[in-house]
Amino acid sequence: MTTIMDMDVRTSAPAAAHPIVPETKPPALERQVKIRVDSFDFYYGPAKVLHGIKLDIPERQVTALIGPSGCGKSTFIRSINRMNDIIPEARAVGTIEIDGRNIYAGGTDVVALRRRVGMVFQKSNPFPKSIYDNVAYGLRIGGMHNKRELNDLVEQSLIRAALWDEVKGRLQSSALALSGGQQQRLCIARALAVDPEILLMDEPASALDPIATTKIEELIWDLKVNYTIVIVTHNMQQAARVSDRTAFFMLGRLIEYSDTKTIFMNPKEKMTEDYVTGRFG
Amino acid sequence: MNNAARRKIISRIVEALCALAVVLALIPLAMILFYVLTRGLSALNFAFFTHTPKPVGEAGGGMANAIVGTLILIGIAALFAVPIGIICGIHLAEYAGTKFSSIVRFAADVLNGVPSIVIGMFAYGLVVLPVKRFSAIAGGVALGLLMIPIVVRTTEELLRLVPSGLREGALALGATRSRAVFGVIVPAALPGILTGILVALARVAGETAPLLFTSFNNAYWSTNLMQPMASLTYQVYTYALSPYDDWHRQAWAGAFLLVMMILTLSIAARLAVRRLERMNRP
Repeated sequence: MTTIMDMDVRTSAPAAAHPIVPETKPPALERQVKIRVDSFDFYYGPAKVLHGIKLDIPERQVTALIGPSGCGKSTFIRSINRMNDIIPEARAVGTIEIDGRNIYAGGTDVVALRRRVGMVFQKSNPFPKSIYDNVAYGLRIGGMHNKRELNDLVEQSLIRAALWDEVKGRLQSSALALSGGQQQRLCIARALAVDPEILLMDEPASALDPIATTKIEELIWDLKVNYTIVIVTHNMQQAARVSDRTAFFMLGRLIEYSDTKTIFMNPKEKMTEDYVTGRFG
Repeated sequence: MNNAARRKIISRIVEALCALAVVLALIPLAMILFYVLTRGLSALNFAFFTHTPKPVGEAGGGMANAIVGTLILIGIAALFAVPIGIICGIHLAEYAGTKFSSIVRFAADVLNGVPSIVIGMFAYGLVVLPVKRFSAIAGGVALGLLMIPIVVRTTEELLRLVPSGLREGALALGATRSRAVFGVIVPAALPGILTGILVALARVAGETAPLLFTSFNNAYWSTNLMQPMASLTYQVYTYALSPYDDWHRQAWAGAFLLVMMILTLSIAARLAVRRLERMNRP
């Protein structure tokens, strides 16, 4: 447990914002529930990879999903925008509600859902187009073609993704010419451009060097003012640094879900403690 | 002899055999290139590109009508084979796994294996017989039928080279499946697909058999699509079988032109595929 003490756990930072109301509960629980998951199972063909997941994800907070490889955290995060739909033989049972509406209910408009729930992938995946066209892509398929509006939103998105200063002079050059860290921030800008409410990040920094990682983490910290963020990470320090709440997955089950501080400092479950202290995984 | 030494010797022998096989495979190619280059290049002149064939017995003349004829024929072929082929290829790559797509893939492979003379006969029955006349259209149809399976398979393979992250990225932004395919995935593979088409064109431009009883041949200048039309391959075939030295020289020149065309397009395709593969790497 001693290693945790060295970490920069900034989870309680926003709590000071309400001096008049006496704090009785941890700040995370005060928030409205944005995503409510209940008895959620997931199958790849006959293989059951998620077992009865149940958790509430608060709005405008960062929720980290941690756990050893193959524990189902990536499958879970990809269930929140139904990205798993494209995998043949994949099947979900149970509910995931966003703002009280089950996204797995029949008749759900998956395209509209994905516009509300943005996603950033482990491997940055800019389109082989210009920087501008990458950010404008989501806006254009949403039907926006007004040049001035597009320009404004592209600029805003790049500013919010902390990339504007580095690319403002070369918006028309290829996105593939950017560095790995810049490409990942471009993908974040692209996701932000369509103004989602939720941002899913599947190991967004695992392929980046420490400096680029720091930039992404600072960005996540800034973005949670406006967005509900769910992040999968293999890096325990990262989870401790950026998240408000942490869910520990193992073998397709949710073992423990609580404030990040509790998970790292005072976990209830032995398994969680073993994992966060590096005894396995 | 100890084990290590024996292993070394066996390894050497196998390496030598491999090298020998490579050399044996390359010798015919080198010889073809050498012959075509030396004999074809010396026969090439300005008139070859600008004049039509002279009557039998008269020296000089060129293959201008055949060069233009070949371009027109492959143009007709491309006109209908390219859209059909690309759309089939997209279907195969993007909707793989369905029963229909495996039937389409099998059909494309069978079509690819049909001897070109049979394709020619089919086009004869389809286009020549009803109008009772050899025509450029018939030749173009025959070449197009040959082209379709090549375009289908190249398109499919190149689309599969596009990183799956691009598809997911587009879908995650709220693109529909077809928007992701046509807006992101196909454009990403487009340079490769275009060169694939060029290779298919080069390949069918080198065909003679399908033209024998479709576009036939024409000794005169003609751009009428409803009339017989000259082509480089047919002209090379006719001239090479003739008893005249001057025609033999021109046949070599025609062969040289064909080989150069195919070589250039193949190299271009290689470069395009390499570029796509580079994009695929992390």
